[in-house]
Amino acid sequence: MNIIRYIIQKEFRQIFRNKAMLPIIFIMPMIQLIILSNAATFEVKNIKFGYIDNDKTSFSRELVEKFNASTYFNVLSDYPTAKKAKSAMLNGEVDVVLEIPQHFSRDLIKEKKSDLSVTINAIDGAAAGVENVYVNQIVQQFNSKIRVGLMLLGTPEVQPQLIETIPLFWYNETLNYKTFMVPGILVLLVTMITLFLSGMNVVREKEIGTLEQINVTPIKKHQFIIGKLFPFLILGLVLLTVGLIIAKLIFDIPMVGSILLMYGYTIIYILVILGIGLFISNYTDTQQQAMFIAWFFMVIFILMSGLFTPIESMPEWAQILTEFNPIKYFVQVMRMVMLKGAGISDIYPQVLKTLLYAVAMNGLAVMSYKKFS
Amino acid sequence: MNKENAITVKDLTKTFGAFTAVNNISFEVGKGEVFGFLGANGAGKTTAMKMLIGILKPTSGIATVANFDVISHAEDVKKSIGYMSQRFSLYNDLTIKENITFFGGIYGLKKADIKVKTKELIEELGLHDEANKLVGALPLGWKQKVAFSVSLLHNPQIIFLDEPTGGVDPITRRQFWEMIYREAHRGKTIFVTTHYMDEAEYCDRVSIMVEGKIEALDTPKNLKTLYKVDTMNQVFLKLARNIE
Amino acid sequence: MKRFIGFIQKEFYHILRDRRSLFILFGMPIAQVLLFGFAITNEINNVDIAILDHSKDATTKEIIAKIAASKYFSIKQVIDNEAAIEPAFKKGHIKAVLNFENDFSKKLISENKATIQILTDATDPNTANTISNYTASILKNYQGDLNKGATLSYQIVPKTRLAYNPELKSVFMFVPGVMTVILMLVSAMMTSISITREKELGTMEILLVSPLKPFQVIIGKVVPYILLAVINAIIIVLLSLFVFKMPVEGSFFLLGAESLLFIINALSLGILISTIATSQQTAMMVSLMGLMLPVILLSGFIFPISSMPLPLQLLSNIIPAKWFIIIIKGIMLKGVGIEYLWKETLILIGMTLFFIALSIKKYKIRLE
Repeated sequence: MNIIRYIIQKEFRQIFRNKAMLPIIFIMPMIQLIILSNAATFEVKNIKFGYIDNDKTSFSRELVEKFNASTYFNVLSDYPTAKKAKSAMLNGEVDVVLEIPQHFSRDLIKEKKSDLSVTINAIDGAAAGVENVYVNQIVQQFNSKIRVGLMLLGTPEVQPQLIETIPLFWYNETLNYKTFMVPGILVLLVTMITLFLSGMNVVREKEIGTLEQINVTPIKKHQFIIGKLFPFLILGLVLLTVGLIIAKLIFDIPMVGSILLMYGYTIIYILVILGIGLFISNYTDTQQQAMFIAWFFMVIFILMSGLFTPIESMPEWAQILTEFNPIKYFVQVMRMVMLKGAGISDIYPQVLKTLLYAVAMNGLAVMSYKKFS
Repeated sequence: MNKENAITVKDLTKTFGAFTAVNNISFEVGKGEVFGFLGANGAGKTTAMKMLIGILKPTSGIATVANFDVISHAEDVKKSIGYMSQRFSLYNDLTIKENITFFGGIYGLKKADIKVKTKELIEELGLHDEANKLVGALPLGWKQKVAFSVSLLHNPQIIFLDEPTGGVDPITRRQFWEMIYREAHRGKTIFVTTHYMDEAEYCDRVSIMVEGKIEALDTPKNLKTLYKVDTMNQVFLKLARNIE
Repeated sequence: MKRFIGFIQKEFYHILRDRRSLFILFGMPIAQVLLFGFAITNEINNVDIAILDHSKDATTKEIIAKIAASKYFSIKQVIDNEAAIEPAFKKGHIKAVLNFENDFSKKLISENKATIQILTDATDPNTANTISNYTASILKNYQGDLNKGATLSYQIVPKTRLAYNPELKSVFMFVPGVMTVILMLVSAMMTSISITREKELGTMEILLVSPLKPFQVIIGKVVPYILLAVINAIIIVLLSLFVFKMPVEGSFFLLGAESLLFIINALSLGILISTIATSQQTAMMVSLMGLMLPVILLSGFIFPISSMPLPLQLLSNIIPAKWFIIIIKGIMLKGVGIEYLWKETLILIGMTLFFIALSIKKYKIRLE
């Protein structure tokens, strides 16, 4: 036990002595948390909208006015020709173009039907889908309004049957993205710091030669690994704490559930990450290799965590792969406990899987540390 | 096997793929002896030493250090030996005191003992002013002396030194060998590799390794007589030429 | 010059000799592109939902059948009272509950109106919002079927054309992003590490006292990584062409030239990092921690920049990745040429020159 204490003491000394690293470990993540949490939103707004009005009647102007009044479409450009509009779209100046055909209002009155053509830049397919919905909504509203006006002249209609839908958004009534993203990005930052630091740790000692000196001491493998784990565990918990304070004070994120449960789970989780980090570190020969591998897994963990893109939409095989993604569990647990107030009975599958993962990774870390080669 | 031997090596071999780094070597080192393990760069000295200190598995052969088998009882071997590597291996970003505390700690020394040892060691090396300085800021010679002292913290019976004087100035080398002698007088066995042939003269016995094999093993005096030359350097050159 | 070439050769041998690093350098980016290309999508499919049907009549059954038939939803659970909703959300098994009111069919006929509640777990606002939109549109269609008899007059029908990506494939969005992330990180991280490594091991001093000029030393270290990154870029483009069937509407030559520009940009950023960092550890943490999330989040890779708050939109301008993503999407999907991309290209060139100038300045200060 004593021996472990000395390793821990030494690791802490080294962490705090490296003055260049301290701001990277403690300040940079927090700045990123504050800034980047604002960036991560799938809301589609400020849509760059342009129109070509070939009709130039009070009807067409009223339709354009509807778009102007909407909060979704904020940049309004008037293009004289379709060619100009196309070029603007290629340029990236505009993402949605509405073309009002000639005789738009004449057709509407005479033929009781009229077409509009809408072009949407669909490279971001999800955004394009939403933009399409917005365009349709506005056109629909406009349509209802003028129909009432025109109907006075025409024949009365049969009253249609209506199914009314009432959307209710639980846990986050205003659909505030930060409620969702702040805990998630905090998870990412804690994970990155602990994975990178632990991943570099042992291989660094290999490179500078101190590991050999430790290998000729009678230290036991598990003592070595535990001594290395502990300082980073504390570091991760400190980061989490500062992050949670920021989440509360700056973003006013609700914390419904038990803080104790969250910390309990975080400890197991960080052990998984550190196990992976130390395993990578033991397995590689240079810090460069270690960091590249750590980077590889980190990118996969981040993008397949369900934080930015939904896991349910992935193909079956990819969903199975995400079972091995620790970040997925942490994101789930953070949301469940913090935002929904879930208790241990709700999150026990995640706890159990994380625990198993922690045992496996740390077992591997101990095994891959070779005092004797 | 002689109980009085500190190190016994029999038919020790290490191969890396097709390359044989250490080829069937055998020798014994007595207790309290200063044993010089000589050879050119790449002759296999460091590989042989790594097998003796229990961090590299031999391909075949037997070796016992402090009466423990280096394969089956590697961890017991480690309790009885001190080791200072060719590459400088203290932490540059810790102070001298902190390095002593750390290495003392992982050898399982008690807190009070570490305190006493630290005081002794700093006094012995005359490093009062530097004790709280980072090791990285010290000149190489001093670093080596501190590293040597750190390898003695747990009072090992056998000390392995891998090219301890590489790259340091002649005066420091001299001082270093005085430290080695002092430990030998305290009854410790010293196993030292070097490629400075003048240092071989300081050893009780030397072995000369050429391309993985031990080509000569005796006291410096006997070797010089045997090869009819005046210095160890000439012994070495003669041996190397014979091989070619 | 001969000396210089010899030096570059040495650097190459360094990289090539290390099989494991080589495998990592080429294998991992390929694995990532394949994985992300196939797996990641920001569409919402197969969302697990629950049904709470208080009526259980012919109409609700029909609606439920419609919902079940859509690719967006899969009905995971049928619950029979409101109290069961909360626990189901807490366990996280379902994302939404459709709550049909009492006497649904009856009300629909007698009052011409019936109500469905769409309860969503909005801890993930994007999914919640999308679910509620999709459900609403399925119900709209159903309603349209119900009212077939009563045709509406004075209809305006918008005809939408989805340009550049008519099938709304997510891969069109993600491959350019993944390529950018990989090139940025590989180039910036690898160069900054390899230069600081020489510093740490003390071999940099040896190189600097050699007759090679300092900039030759740096270029010598960087050239092999340029080549590695170029090979990676080629592999990624080939994968997107043949595996993901992405078009390259524009010119291959321009695509290559712009990629090279971006690689050099990232490398010069790596050099800049290495002039600041004294140890490999610092270099790595700066390039990984400093670049990874900003490149993923502020480049338009996943999240649309135009939806961000204004300060962040401004901030995104200093992320080179943002400009490169615009360029690749432009060339590959929109098929535009330099006449549309000169602004982005100039910005990348400007940034590159800025990084190089700053590195030279920092470097001189240190030597003096």
